[in-house]
Amino acid sequence: MKQFISFVKKEFYHIARDKRTLFILLGMPIMQILIFGFALTNEVKNARVAIFDQSKDLATQALRSELDASRYFDITQDVHTYSEIEAAFKKGTIKLAVVFPENFANDLDHFNTAQVQLIADASDPNVANTLTNYATAIVLDYQDRITNNRRLPYTIKTEMRMLYNPQLKGAYSFVPGVMAMVLMLVCTLMTAITIVREKESGTMEIMLVSPMRPFKIVVAKAVPYLLLSVVNITSILLLSVFVLDVPINGSLLLLIFESILFTLTCLAFGLLISTRTDSQQTAMFIALTGMFLPTIMLSGFMFPIENMPLPLRILSNIVPAKWFYYIVKEVMIKGLGISAVWKETLILTGMLLFLLLLSIRNFKIRLA
Amino acid sequence: MTTNNIAIQAVELTKRFGDFTAVDAISFEVKKGEIFGFLGANGAGKTTAMRMLCGLSIPSSGKAAVAGFDVYKQTEQIKRSIGYMSQKFSLYEDLTVKENIRFYAGIYGKSDAFIKEKTAFLLKELRLEAEASKLVRSLPLGWKQKLAFSVAIFHEPEIVFLDEPTGGVDPVTRREFWNMIYQAAESGITIFVTTHYMDEAEYCNRVSIMVDGRIDALDTPAALKRKFEARSMDEVFLKLARKAKRSGD
Repeated sequence: MKQFISFVKKEFYHIARDKRTLFILLGMPIMQILIFGFALTNEVKNARVAIFDQSKDLATQALRSELDASRYFDITQDVHTYSEIEAAFKKGTIKLAVVFPENFANDLDHFNTAQVQLIADASDPNVANTLTNYATAIVLDYQDRITNNRRLPYTIKTEMRMLYNPQLKGAYSFVPGVMAMVLMLVCTLMTAITIVREKESGTMEIMLVSPMRPFKIVVAKAVPYLLLSVVNITSILLLSVFVLDVPINGSLLLLIFESILFTLTCLAFGLLISTRTDSQQTAMFIALTGMFLPTIMLSGFMFPIENMPLPLRILSNIVPAKWFYYIVKEVMIKGLGISAVWKETLILTGMLLFLLLLSIRNFKIRLA
Repeated sequence: MTTNNIAIQAVELTKRFGDFTAVDAISFEVKKGEIFGFLGANGAGKTTAMRMLCGLSIPSSGKAAVAGFDVYKQTEQIKRSIGYMSQKFSLYEDLTVKENIRFYAGIYGKSDAFIKEKTAFLLKELRLEAEASKLVRSLPLGWKQKLAFSVAIFHEPEIVFLDEPTGGVDPVTRREFWNMIYQAAESGITIFVTTHYMDEAEYCNRVSIMVDGRIDALDTPAALKRKFEARSMDEVFLKLARKAKRSGD
């Protein structure tokens, strides 16, 4: 035990001496949460809109103020010709233009039909799509209210309810994603590097000649990163609850348990890498391509897995982050308990045991 | 274990990697308190032999006992009784002198009182008291090397294995380093040392020379010179090493 404590102490010295890395390790989750929370959002807020109103009647005035009142739009410009619209798009000053033709209210009153044209900047197709949808919804809403007075014979109203995330906040999906990413980075990458570093410097040899058992060496190396991960989990959760208003709907205990399970899986993977490589560069490369990229691409965090071709969907099953991401969403956002995620928990546990056994076996082979 | 004055005993010790026989049935004895030079060209099998004796690698056949413990079954006990210093500098550059000492003493399970007392003594002897709280990175190479040796014998092992300990060190420091080795030997520690410097071979009590996995010569430096009609160990080594079929890496 004394051996073990001196070893863990030494690891902490290493980490504490390398201020820059420590700063990155602890600062990264905070930065990522803030960046994802405030900068990298695919929600559209206050998009700049130009209005080309050729009718200037009560109906267009009403619609205009509805648009302006919405938090999605900001009417910044009134234009009087189509070429002005084009110029504004080219300059990039607007994302959407709304065109009311002449006699808008008149047509609506007398022919029961009127047209409004939406022109969006589709150089960013997602934003364009979202904007036109929002604008259409506002127009339909207005139409609903005026038809109430006149009674159409048949109307089908769609009523939507957004479960678990009524405000459609992006944070609900990226908080679990950032957690997966950060834990992966801290645990897999750092464990792999720190063990391989000792191999490079020759200190690993000294360690193996000492009475310290190889298994203990490895565990002692992992302990500080496990603790760092707990700090990171805490800071991510605190930020998401208090800064991004993402609630923890499920059991906090279960969430922490699952996070530690995932952390251990990542540590085991880092360990496996370290048994197979002899240089820090190789270790870093393998950790990044083998764990980091799949975590971003195939966990469902950035791109929905359902839309992927079959081979990728199958491949995604061996990415631990996919299961963790799923578990965190179920527990944290939907507020479900262990009964909803026991299968995924079991899969993660299986992965952990598999990686652990494989790396211990490798470690022994190296010694013989 | 019978009480005798043999520190290391190897009988027909062999290590094969597939078809390649790295160490080919070597037999030798090292007495307690002896400075035993283990020479050989690169690739002759020195490192493999040493790894077996340190319990890092299991022999393919043959017998060996280190400090009275069997290299097959008692590697744990062997590890407790030996110290090791490799050709690669093996202290942590980002730890202070004191932290390094504490760490290595710690993994050998030494008590705090022992560590404290001996650290103070050691720092005084190496005249490193002023540097005790400085990072090892800031020390000159010669000092680092001397510190590494002191750390390797800090836990008072019976035998210390030195794998090319003086590589890249200037002649003055090498001289000082060998003084430390003599001191350690006088205190009863057996020294098992590999080196490429033939002047250092002259400092050893006895020397073995490995060629192609076998021990081709083993005696005191004086006797070897007589036998091979050479004026220096350098000549002895060249005469033997020339016969080698394997090329070093």
